Amino acid sequence: MTITVTERNGVTILSLGSERLDAHNSEMVKDELKRRFAAGAKKVLVDLGAVSFIDSSGLGALVSGFKSAMAGKGRLSLSGLQAQVHSMFELTRLNRVFDVFPTVEEALSSFAER
Amino acid sequence: MGNKLIELDIRVPNQTRYLGLIGRIGKELARELSRENGESETLAQHLNVVLTEAMSNAIRHAHEGDPDKTVHISISIADDELRIRVYDHGQGFDLSSLPEGEPQELEAGGRGIYIIRCLMDTVVYRRSKEYNVLEMWKKLR
Repeated sequence: MTITVTERNGVTILSLGSERLDAHNSEMVKDELKRRFAAGAKKVLVDLGAVSFIDSSGLGALVSGFKSAMAGKGRLSLSGLQAQVHSMFELTRLNRVFDVFPTVEEALSSFAER
Repeated sequence: MGNKLIELDIRVPNQTRYLGLIGRIGKELARELSRENGESETLAQHLNVVLTEAMSNAIRHAHEGDPDKTVHISISIADDELRIRVYDHGQGFDLSSLPEGEPQELEAGGRGIYIIRCLMDTVVYRRSKEYNVLEMWKKLR
């Protein structure tokens, strides 16, 4: 999977370039998030707009990223959840853990407000 | 009238790169069934997830990631009931030892079996000397 990294208004945006986020590629996302927060990033957004399928490993990688954010006193938000991805967040109640935004722009506005 | 008998017997290398293939097979099978039963796209999503989780479980926990091993999956539909079996030849695990409720929110792992239990009607894991099998059923109506 390709992870495209961009910086906008002090926010690191990781755009995941795969239709599936599962046990085959979730470790890559987990490691990337861990590395970003360890390097001092405080505001990170994972854009899942291209992801149409997520499994428990993918969810686990994002939870791990959330914990990395907490450890580094940073913040991790998500954007662009497609229907299947959103339903998996609801099924596992992780929608109560993450700040989830429909679009990158809305997520960036939220970062700017805080 | 019940569904005609459909049986799929799949063997793929014990590698996560094949998770997508197995998930897509589940999705396409559900779409095929929906032409007869009027099931929604939801079933396609559910089978994609369940097969991915079950195979991932076999690869990582039972076969310990050994790429030379094979994962054997059997899917059958008869009398409006779907049955999925995922065989492994590893140490196996005790399904009853896993909590039935929601996993802890901030635990990175432990959601795979929970998700399968949510999406299927019955989930059983049987261990024997020759092999172990994760067996799952779902009524299609």
